Amino acid sequence: MPISIEEVERIAKLARLSFGSEEKIKLQKELSAILDYVDQLKKVETKSAVALSEGGEDPDSINLMRDDFASSVLPPEELLKIAPDTESGFYKVKSVLE
Amino acid sequence: MELHELTIKQASEKLARKEISSVELTQAHLSRIKQLEPKLHAFLYVAEREALDGAKRADQLIAEDENFLLTGIPYAVKDNILVSGMKTTAASKILENFVAPYEATVIKRLGGIGSVVLGKTNLDEFALGSSTENSAFGPTFNPYDTTKVPGGSSGGSAAAVASGEAIFALGTDTGGSIRQPASFCGVVGLKPTFGRVSRYGLVGIGSSLDQAGVLGKTVEDAFLVLQQMAGKDESDSTCLPKELPDYSKFLDRGVKGLKVGLPKEYFAEGIEPEVKKLVEAAAKKLQEQGAEISEMSMSNASLPLATYHLILPVEISSNLSRYDGIRYGLSAAGENLSEVYYKSRSSGFGSESKRRIMIGTYASSAGYFDAYYKKAKQVQTLIKQEFIDAFTKYDLLLTPTTPTTAFSIGEKAADPLAMYLADILTVAANISGVPAISIPAGLSQGLPVGVQLIAAHFREEILLQAGHALEKALNFKLEPNL
Repeated sequence: MPISIEEVERIAKLARLSFGSEEKIKLQKELSAILDYVDQLKKVETKSAVALSEGGEDPDSINLMRDDFASSVLPPEELLKIAPDTESGFYKVKSVLE
Repeated sequence: MELHELTIKQASEKLARKEISSVELTQAHLSRIKQLEPKLHAFLYVAEREALDGAKRADQLIAEDENFLLTGIPYAVKDNILVSGMKTTAASKILENFVAPYEATVIKRLGGIGSVVLGKTNLDEFALGSSTENSAFGPTFNPYDTTKVPGGSSGGSAAAVASGEAIFALGTDTGGSIRQPASFCGVVGLKPTFGRVSRYGLVGIGSSLDQAGVLGKTVEDAFLVLQQMAGKDESDSTCLPKELPDYSKFLDRGVKGLKVGLPKEYFAEGIEPEVKKLVEAAAKKLQEQGAEISEMSMSNASLPLATYHLILPVEISSNLSRYDGIRYGLSAAGENLSEVYYKSRSSGFGSESKRRIMIGTYASSAGYFDAYYKKAKQVQTLIKQEFIDAFTKYDLLLTPTTPTTAFSIGEKAADPLAMYLADILTVAANISGVPAISIPAGLSQGLPVGVQLIAAHFREEILLQAGHALEKALNFKLEPNL
């Protein structure tokens, strides 16, 4: 099932990506081809299969817990050093609300 | 024998006997890199100074008998694994100037102060691809034929090991990204069980599929590295506290009595006749050594690739949402916050990354989640179960690693779906989580062919046992003519 240009625009907005009009047409074709390919899964009988992400039985999975104590992995200054813009020990961002 | 031809095993013995120093060994590799890089472009960053500093410290440790097996062994690291203080770009413009503020667990475990990292190797951007052509910094070329791709996404690591630029290299494998380039470049590529090796410090794309592993010259070398880097890590809760065997005990066990299944679906249409012939010859060699070989069926074999291309993009769209121009990486100027997001992401990501983000966003968006993502996770359960069932009857499965030898540069670049098919024989191991290894099986028209061995969850030692026996029986050494 081919997806529409409006669909491409809707997804791009969700993903915070912008595309030119030619790019959108190319993406429409490519995404439709990929979705056609993965559509073969719809025919697979999965009534008996519980998705692993929804508590399906997995013999290897165990809950790994650690003691609840605070530990320091990296000093905040080290992380702020690689940020594009900071002020007084905070990340600096453009205004959210006008 | 020249220093750049040594295996880990050989180099480590020479270092311990003080026949050579780590500085000499490192210099030999650095000059090999200088000589070959104009031809191969396997590295994005050559860490000459850091490597020589490490080598000096390693020689000091060796002089004081404080060394361990990998001390002073120069190796290369795929540029999506964090080495503290070095740039980690994931071959993306969005991380072009990102200097790693901490060290990945695998790097920490490979040596600490006496480790010698030669540099960071090229890959498809964010490890998304099968040819290393998606790198934002230009492709890597296959050492056997520079008009061909090295495979991907760990193409730089594979080319570096094949050409003697590094003794071994680290890679990551989300759908075949270690095994497929290993096959194309004639080296050994080991993907451990999901949960065997820590993912802490990897540039994550598919958090339920990514696994760090080794590209090496021999099966034994790959396991010498795995032995050091595997095991529980508090920083990665999906890295399981399973007992780690002493792999050296399995090296010479041979294959007598091992039950090896040849899934017929993996030898069906689309496999080049010469690839099939060499892989079947490898199976024959195992049989001569006493393994019981039989044809069998994996009836779900057509499903893993489609499953992968839903689960992975959904995880990608989530993982890559962190690149927003605020905390690190490329940040484009904008009038308001939203514009900063749009501009940073749109100018920073390459086209394959954007494509996968789009597919993943679509498949996990309201109204489509159940039909796509949830369905794929259910199919994953079926695929995994089929592997678990197969390993109650067989110790090992044997297949080709890839349907063809290395393809030409540019051949599949314009058709994403054709490129995805390059992983058709390797993705099942990621979807089901089992360990697998690619081992050179010979040359077809001058290009390497790989045979893939797959074992049950956490039974990597069987891959070592059978892989080492296979190497001995095949008894050849592949070398590119450079």
